[in-house]
Amino acid sequence: MSGVRVLVGTRKGAFILTSDAKREKWQVSSPHFAGWEMYHLKGSPADPNRIYASQSSSWFGQIIQRSDDGGKTWHQPGTPPGEPTTAPDGTPKGESNKFVYDTSPETGKPLTTHQFYDGTPRPWEFKRVWHLEPSLTDPDTVYAGVEDAALFRSTDGGKTWHELAGLRGHGSGDKWAPGAGGMCLHTILLDPSNPARIFIAISSAGAFRTDDAGKTWRPINRGLHSQYIPDPTAEIGHCVHRIAFHRSRPDVLFMQKHWDVMRSDNAGDSWQEISGNLPTDFGFAIDVHAHEPNTIYVVPIKSDSEHFPLEGKLRVYRSRSGGNEWEALTKGLPQSDCYVNVLRDAMAVDSLDKCGIYFGTTGGQVYASADSGDTWAPIVRDLPAVVSVEVQTLS
Amino acid sequence: MIRITLPPHLRKLARIDGEIKIDVVGQVTQRAVLDALEARYPMLCGTIRDHVTQKRRAFVRFFACGEDLSHEAPDAPLPGAVATGAEPFMIVGAIAGG
Repeated sequence: MSGVRVLVGTRKGAFILTSDAKREKWQVSSPHFAGWEMYHLKGSPADPNRIYASQSSSWFGQIIQRSDDGGKTWHQPGTPPGEPTTAPDGTPKGESNKFVYDTSPETGKPLTTHQFYDGTPRPWEFKRVWHLEPSLTDPDTVYAGVEDAALFRSTDGGKTWHELAGLRGHGSGDKWAPGAGGMCLHTILLDPSNPARIFIAISSAGAFRTDDAGKTWRPINRGLHSQYIPDPTAEIGHCVHRIAFHRSRPDVLFMQKHWDVMRSDNAGDSWQEISGNLPTDFGFAIDVHAHEPNTIYVVPIKSDSEHFPLEGKLRVYRSRSGGNEWEALTKGLPQSDCYVNVLRDAMAVDSLDKCGIYFGTTGGQVYASADSGDTWAPIVRDLPAVVSVEVQTLS
Repeated sequence: MIRITLPPHLRKLARIDGEIKIDVVGQVTQRAVLDALEARYPMLCGTIRDHVTQKRRAFVRFFACGEDLSHEAPDAPLPGAVATGAEPFMIVGAIAGG
């Protein structure tokens, strides 16, 4: 019997919400990793029982967790409890938490500096994993987007991590600067039709693309316009909040920028604005309907200084025309006194016949729509602040 | 035998309850104690000190015998009462914020 599993990362733990395909009755797990910041959890498309999770703390740093049974039990890859502390070949365990920028002469890039908020140079310093993106085909391969911005990859199920240093070192890294949340690599899109092509986005450096599986990268920000940088059309420096695509049409990208909702029809080579009749085009989350590649969703937020919905009304906006023409979706969502935020990784869709849309708020609600956004209901109302939402469609 | 106490988050990560008792070979220093701790509980690697620089994480403190040892040199001998197991070596999450 089909169903869905919603993976929710919050400021104080992770929660797993499950339902059958009707999506009417939900079970809410007790917190996993209670007390830790859970930036992101995501299941492998190749093996839905394999889930990766980013667990972090300002006190104790970064932990990678893995489940091989759909979230029932978890372990740190390579360090299962009660086993010897070194592998048979003598290599130490405890490497799954280790994210070290690659500065080796053979594969790495010198660790120079990026810019701080005031433009002064800062050395790269690993802080946390924002986003985990499992391979579309191999459960043991997973990518990690980290702060300070860099892309890492594991090919052994999360036991060890290696930087794809061509991104950080491609030439513009010294001009990258942090967004308000830090200098994070938060979006990783793996092209289903071309294994060598990956899109990533960094706040606030912009979007980048590789066409050779991560060896070389180039910025793809032509057409973006950002008033808060010295040159509003610069190649680098745009605060991209999120990019999404439909897997059947990976050359068509939709972007929620700091301000502006944008679209590219040529894999990011150029962008045009599609904000259209949105009441405000600031926001964080953006996603695409599972079966309609031209139907997209955003949650407009009042402004960069007031991170809550306009007029206290929580409204998802849907465009069925790939942008410019938007309709407010309000049925079941609070339409007064609502001042929550919806963060960049906190919206997802399922792929059941009638596409389900999900999003979480900083007020701890997770809302679901089982009818493509026409009507909404909360799955749960009182979680800690929601950082990320991902959905697995189970058969 | 050295006694070590961990903050709740790290006890949960290491899947232990209560105090840890661990043997340390040679001189009992911060570094020797942490080396032994991480060898037995590799899931703690990187949570108390940086993987590469081996420096104490900024929000972690080391207390023993009523004193703050956080800023002592990693290779300085720990107090005799810690070395004999009379007093625990306390690894503590620093209090930051209200």
